[in-house]
Amino acid sequence: MRGRPTFLNGYYWGLIALLYLPIAILFLFSINANTSLSFPLRGLTLDWYQKLFEADAVLRAARNSLLVAAGSSSAATLLGAMIAVLATRYQFRFKGLLIMLAILPLIVPFVVMGVALLLLFSALHIDRSLWTVGVAHTVVALPYTLLIIVARLAGFDANLEEAAMDLGADYPTTIRRIVLPIIAPAAVSAWLTAFTVSFDEFALALFLAGTEPTFPVYLFSQLRFANRLPIMIALAVLLMIGTLTLVFLAERIRRVE
Amino acid sequence: MFDRRATFWALSLPPLLWLGVLFVIPLLLMAAFSTRAESGGELLRLWAPSLKHYDDLFTTGTYWRLLRLSALIALVIAAMATVMAYPLAYFLAFRAGRRAGFYLVLLLVPFWTSYLLRVMALKLMLGSNGVINAFLIYASLITEPLTLFLYNRAAVVITLIYVWIPFAALPILAALQRIDLSLFEAAADLGATPFRQFWRVTLPLSLPGVLAAFFMVFIPTVGEYVTPLLVGGSQGLMYGNIIQDFFTKAANWPLGSALSMIMLLSTLLLVAIAVRLVDLRKLIE
Repeated sequence: MRGRPTFLNGYYWGLIALLYLPIAILFLFSINANTSLSFPLRGLTLDWYQKLFEADAVLRAARNSLLVAAGSSSAATLLGAMIAVLATRYQFRFKGLLIMLAILPLIVPFVVMGVALLLLFSALHIDRSLWTVGVAHTVVALPYTLLIIVARLAGFDANLEEAAMDLGADYPTTIRRIVLPIIAPAAVSAWLTAFTVSFDEFALALFLAGTEPTFPVYLFSQLRFANRLPIMIALAVLLMIGTLTLVFLAERIRRVE
Repeated sequence: MFDRRATFWALSLPPLLWLGVLFVIPLLLMAAFSTRAESGGELLRLWAPSLKHYDDLFTTGTYWRLLRLSALIALVIAAMATVMAYPLAYFLAFRAGRRAGFYLVLLLVPFWTSYLLRVMALKLMLGSNGVINAFLIYASLITEPLTLFLYNRAAVVITLIYVWIPFAALPILAALQRIDLSLFEAAADLGATPFRQFWRVTLPLSLPGVLAAFFMVFIPTVGEYVTPLLVGGSQGLMYGNIIQDFFTKAANWPLGSALSMIMLLSTLLLVAIAVRLVDLRKLIE
């Protein structure tokens, strides 16, 4: 069973090569001197990275995405933790319903979710903005945060809390001193997962973004203008490095548990 | 225990309120709106419910055809991605040895990079002055760039299979890892050839993972509209694209709502079937 060259081995590495090829190509075009995104390459340059820091609209879109992702992942983690505590520590009649409601956004197609929220906001005369994108992202990130935190809480004995209360702690203190420390590592990993979900999300944002675009929405609007693409790709490469760092952090924290 | 009860309400009301306002009400609003005959005017106004749009949907045929076609496209994509992911999962479960964890991360990294950009990079490869054409011209196999790789249905199918393969490997891997290794020894002791062993032991036992992979790709793919928008051109449109059109360019929201309702209901039906076939709770563990 060692790593001698077998069909399976070759298949794995072949697919890995195919999966990484587009990423490699993006990287190449981010340091290619020619404006047009076509082969052959015209020589190396770091111009695009330099120009990036003068491109206000691009940076603004990236900043918007950071704001939306940070806000929505915080809310989704908080809500996910609340439902997770209810799901693992309480018995009540509408428990199944609550959990189902929280998981269901994973199943509803994004295009349906997008137009349904668009209808709601239009009916209430709420202008589309980063806020509308953000609250939509909390709903679609909730299943992830809930599942991650439930998995953590289910692994701990509820008797820990009983013990704390027998020793005289009131319930809020028990939550603060026992439940929150148990949740903490899972909450960090849930937050990072929700962050990456929001940051890359396009299908909902296209319906719900107003005049301020998130990065994917801005990127989409610029795809037509070939001469601006190298700058976008340069930013994308930087963002990709950022996302990967976050994902690795999330995995690390989850493993440490 | 007043404390515990007060905490219960403090914990349950905010999520219920949040999901009620931002998840349940929008879908109900959409359901209600799909019964409105005229498309203009104030949204929150009473109207006489009519099933006109559903009637249109069932009689026009175009929408049905597109829904069937989208389901078919999603079926092909889910089946292909699952089949292509199986050897990967098998490799990770039984052949990768100690480095399996690293190999798994390596496989998943592209999945965590920007979706739009990966698709854009694929366009750079498939396009008329892309990598494949450049290579074919360089190798003197063709003189004019080929256009058959992009802006058609095949491009949508290829792109989505490509995007989903790493994801589809996960549930299969989980199922394979649960197989008791002594079963393989038993099969070998009883004289089963490796092929027979795979066919009679490994494959049947991994079937729940295979089904889960299939559905986990199929369900989000039926409602897909972004990939067709990017690489599909006018030939590669899917059902999700007409919904998007009715809410943007065409501005016929009631008809769009009816189309969305059909999409939502068929997806829920599909999930109900999937949950019957696979015990999803086992896979989440």
